[in-house]
Amino acid sequence: MIPRAGHSVLRQARTQLKRSTGPTPVASLSALARLLSSLAILEQKDGKLNHGSLGAVTAAQKLGGSIIGFVAGGNIKAVAEEAAKVSGIEKIIAVDNAAYDKGLPENYAPLLVENIKKGGYTHIIAGHTAFGKSLMPRVAALLDVQQISDITAIEDEKTFVRPVYAGNAIATVESSDDIKIITIRGTAFAAAEAEGGSASIEDGVDPKAECPTEWVSENLAKSDRPDLATAGKVVSGGRGLKSKEDFDRVMLPLADALGAAVGASRAAVDSGYADNSLQVGQTGKVVAPQLYLCAGISGAIQHLAGMKDSKVIAAINKDADAPIFQVADIGLVGDLFDKVPELTEKLKQ
Amino acid sequence: LLEPSQDSVLTTFSLSSHNHVRPSDPRPREAGQTPRQQSPNGRRNGGVKHSMNPFDELSIEESVRIREKKSYPHGVSDIIAFTCGPPKSADILRTAMAMGADRSIHVETKDGDEIEPLSIAKLLRAVVEKEKVDLVVLGKQSIDDDAGQTGQMLAGLLGWAQATQASKVSFDGDGKGVVVEKEVDGGSETTRSNLPMVVTADLRLNEPRYASLPNIMKAKKKKIEKITAEELGVDLGKRLKTLKVIEPPPRQGGGKVEDVDGMVAKLKELGAI
Repeated sequence: MIPRAGHSVLRQARTQLKRSTGPTPVASLSALARLLSSLAILEQKDGKLNHGSLGAVTAAQKLGGSIIGFVAGGNIKAVAEEAAKVSGIEKIIAVDNAAYDKGLPENYAPLLVENIKKGGYTHIIAGHTAFGKSLMPRVAALLDVQQISDITAIEDEKTFVRPVYAGNAIATVESSDDIKIITIRGTAFAAAEAEGGSASIEDGVDPKAECPTEWVSENLAKSDRPDLATAGKVVSGGRGLKSKEDFDRVMLPLADALGAAVGASRAAVDSGYADNSLQVGQTGKVVAPQLYLCAGISGAIQHLAGMKDSKVIAAINKDADAPIFQVADIGLVGDLFDKVPELTEKLKQ
Repeated sequence: LLEPSQDSVLTTFSLSSHNHVRPSDPRPREAGQTPRQQSPNGRRNGGVKHSMNPFDELSIEESVRIREKKSYPHGVSDIIAFTCGPPKSADILRTAMAMGADRSIHVETKDGDEIEPLSIAKLLRAVVEKEKVDLVVLGKQSIDDDAGQTGQMLAGLLGWAQATQASKVSFDGDGKGVVVEKEVDGGSETTRSNLPMVVTADLRLNEPRYASLPNIMKAKKKKIEKITAEELGVDLGKRLKTLKVIEPPPRQGGGKVEDVDGMVAKLKELGAI
């Protein structure tokens, strides 16, 4: 991967040399340096760095070249210092302005665009999170770039792999844009080490764009369990749970016995058994834990799109012909109201 | 083997006060969805069944509901459905009109052409400016290329407010502010924006209606305006080249166990616990 990237960078550098009229060797060298510099967009909330967003640094490391981190928000100093310790980052660009605390794309996008133009980065990388999904296409449009969403692998500095059709096909695409704007699938790029780095911190430019949107409120599900997107184990319930009371009574003790995060199918979420934020699937969260244990889920393709990269899939379902058994490593046919509590008891021992 | 279909439906719907001649009236509108094929295995071959992208159905439904429920104080003057795609995409527009859209705009492309989100966003910008739309509602993503970009790109190109993954849309009494509840990681978030704006629909925004037979018949009389990308001044050239599309490595089911003890033993054997 790296040699390929290097080779094609050289090719690009030569092309640039040919095109530009009378560049000095120094200028062309700096053009080469600019050719591989990645800006990793790091998320923060309430003055804390979101470690999930460090996958962007990992993706940048696979590209090679210099890695610059970007953070913005009110009293950003602590976040910037935390980000400066992340392994592999050369420099942190920090913009201290509370207007960016909520990550509203209407002013955050112009902020990024100004800093991208100033820094001359070749790759802009963010997580395919609610923040990244809302922000990055707007940035891409302002820069007149066709974004590449939700990538799972990097082949070289302009070639990326991404799932399409709910993960039923894997496409390899090559970008001809000068700036590559990509969002990455968190489960495909582990977070970079939070320690060991010593990046310098620099103030970014702040265009202070007007924002026609104001943040009003948020309603986040509180939970002591691991975060669904990054958990090592996930237990997930579907329509077979019948009610919210049963969902909580049957699935939560199992999650606690395993130290797992809780997920749900769309059917369970739509029926009100579980919160929206727990939905696993094409339009919900994509997870790839060590263990995905599901009960009362038939295994529709939209659900499989969100969990089929799990290392081990275990399923409990009373329908022996349910599609979930075609992907499950361990299948148990039976009534989940008997089997799940029994399993919970045996796991506790 | 597989390629994303190129058609993309967008419903634009505009709201205006009683006198909709006044161009300065606030009119939200909305739309934008991509109908794509929904075959069970994602293959595009001969007779694969196509339908409107499910998120686009939600956006049309929402546009129609804003009108029906009079939730926008000045009323909705016009609901426009939009798509970009081959001739057969007109069927999708008929569906949108049977659901309640007033008229349609179709940017026709050749069979097999793929149009990227950035190009769709540019087409939409041109249409929005031409039709003086105030609110554009699109689906949050198409279920074929799963990009999730068009609405945000359109908002950026227009310099408008945006609200993505909306699960609830309501309007302030003065007809200027739009309050949107959005689905975010870990829960929901509410923002208030000023019109004009772009909203993208998430699954829980509403339950799309079925088009009734009388409405399907009526929709046949509604107008589809055909327009070319050249007329809108948009270059549909591609920035991304698809080098290959492969099937993901198949996952082999590991068979079934007899009882809970068997499951625990297998979980241990596989190192999952």
